Amino acid sequence: MSSNASATVVRTGAGSRFVIYTLLILFCLYYLLPLYVMVVNSLKPLSEIQAGGMMALPDEWTLAPWASAWSTAQIGVEATGLRPFFVNSIVMVVPAVAISTVLGALNGYVLTKWRFRGDTIIFGLLLFGCFIPFQMVLIPMARMLGIVGLAGTVPGLIFVHLVYGIGFSTLYFRNYYQQFPTELVRAAMIDGAGFFTIFRRIMLPSSGPIAVVCVIWQFTNIWNDFLFGASFSDFDSQPMTVALNNLVQSSTGVKEYNVHFAGAIMAALPTLLVYIVAGRYFVRGLMAGSVKG
Amino acid sequence: MGFLDITNVTKSYGAVKVLHETDISVEEGEFLVLVGPSGCGKSTLLNMIAGLEDITSGEIAIKGRSMNGVRPADRNIAMVFQSYALYPNMNVGQNIVFGLEMHGVPKPERDKAMNEVAELLQIQHLLDRKPGQLSGGQRQRVAMGRALVRNPDVFLFDEPLSNLDAKLRVDMRTEIKKLHQRLKTTIVYVTHDQIEALTLSTRIAVMYGGHVQQLGTPKEVYDNPANMFVAGFMGSPSMNLFPARIAVENGRAVAVAQLADGSDVSLPFPEARGFERHDGREIVLGLRPEAITDRDGADRNSGAVHVVEAHVEITEPAGSDTFVGTQLGGKPVTGRFRADVEVHAGQSFPFAINMEKAVAFDPKTEERVS
Repeated sequence: MSSNASATVVRTGAGSRFVIYTLLILFCLYYLLPLYVMVVNSLKPLSEIQAGGMMALPDEWTLAPWASAWSTAQIGVEATGLRPFFVNSIVMVVPAVAISTVLGALNGYVLTKWRFRGDTIIFGLLLFGCFIPFQMVLIPMARMLGIVGLAGTVPGLIFVHLVYGIGFSTLYFRNYYQQFPTELVRAAMIDGAGFFTIFRRIMLPSSGPIAVVCVIWQFTNIWNDFLFGASFSDFDSQPMTVALNNLVQSSTGVKEYNVHFAGAIMAALPTLLVYIVAGRYFVRGLMAGSVKG
Repeated sequence: MGFLDITNVTKSYGAVKVLHETDISVEEGEFLVLVGPSGCGKSTLLNMIAGLEDITSGEIAIKGRSMNGVRPADRNIAMVFQSYALYPNMNVGQNIVFGLEMHGVPKPERDKAMNEVAELLQIQHLLDRKPGQLSGGQRQRVAMGRALVRNPDVFLFDEPLSNLDAKLRVDMRTEIKKLHQRLKTTIVYVTHDQIEALTLSTRIAVMYGGHVQQLGTPKEVYDNPANMFVAGFMGSPSMNLFPARIAVENGRAVAVAQLADGSDVSLPFPEARGFERHDGREIVLGLRPEAITDRDGADRNSGAVHVVEAHVEITEPAGSDTFVGTQLGGKPVTGRFRADVEVHAGQSFPFAINMEKAVAFDPKTEERVS
């Protein structure tokens, strides 16, 4: 990787390098500052925040705001902390990501290797689905969920995210499989493998990079979604993002900023984790499809 | 009825007919090569035999059983692809037995078959490697192993050597031929390389524009091309084709062609070819480069060698031979001379033309005149 990079790097003089590094460090600080504020303030007692000095390190380090945000903070009417909503989000996001990724892979497989009359139209419609603004589908979707009896439930939310996710996951896998040699599929057909066997034994094992891209993309979007969560959930099925909003917006009592900061970090941690674990595949996967076009 | 029967088969994509009515009957153990330039319909025909593409009309039968509507997996065929199409996620051994596994063959038998094939192709030491770790020639072997292990009725090869470098291609060609001689399998082989077609096949189908132009043994196709396309396509350098006129001189048919200096030369046909009845007809005369040579290199058994003084335009030494260019009938003509003949561009030199090998074509229909 590093030898690769050095081959493409343009040599620069010491003076311009100094300017570049100074600028980069400044940008770095600028981007890291909010995180710093959040972390620092989530670790100090409320009194220190109220006394001013948002930027200062805590005089007294404490984990109490984190404990409070997690299990005892007042959310809506009950003092449950964010924990049940964190669980809601996990229960929502895992099946939604898994199913939309698998269906996207299946769609991509069919659209590239089992072409049929009108397949480009179907793909066009799926693509179109990616770009429909969320707000447009709110009311029809609410009606739909009501009819099938999923309104206000976590499975209802999974369904909504699934419908929205399939467009993107199909796009990813379809473009990826377009590069996948069709002769392999034909060889497998002659060897006697059927539709699903080819998918499972030949296509899926070679889909690692694009699957990672798809999972990161879906996970981030679904985890961070607020609009669908706020619109289609009841109190006991709210995802993390909505609960965080309720925590911050609760109008009774004192505003516990330190607890709010801790809660916000909690809500951001899973996506951060996914990026750290799989982020380099994300960049690699995105590039893999684009250069060979 | 043969082993593999292609009867009246056509293929159309919408209104475009890519393969016209085709009839080929292949005997058991035959090595049939479909050869032609790209877009001639040869790969389409192969894919239809494999069942990867539907037949628009007609019938394909293997061992007397109609294959129309039969899935590729149930035709008892095996195919070697141009890109080898090895499954990248499986090792060589798994690649080879994948077909057996799909057909429900139990593991001990699969392993036995795999070891036999690996030994035959000398790839035992590669069984645990992934295709990505193999060289082109090794991949080619594995692809053949995957086909062999199934013990199919018919082997289909789709330009299997075109991804290899020149040296390896010749080696693998020999190996395929040896394999065929040893196993006596029935093979249909697609290529655009006429040398491959001539060296490997027991019969050749030369295809062009969705038609089979000629079907015959390599010798028939080479010596007696059915039309100008086949004449020009088979052989390297290709057959010299130049305009001439048939005349009868002293009761004997001759081909009259123009030399570079504008004078006419009469090339007498051998007797009993029956060209006398075409007196006065304009033709295109076809002569292989080896039928135009130096005086001492000419075929002594031929009764119709005719020596012509002609202007040498270019010489191309090729090691074993020297190719000498002149003009006949206003077209460039190449002769194959022995390598040590002293011949130089610009001089006038005697060309020995063996008219026994001459063929004539109609300039309009491009078909053979006999």
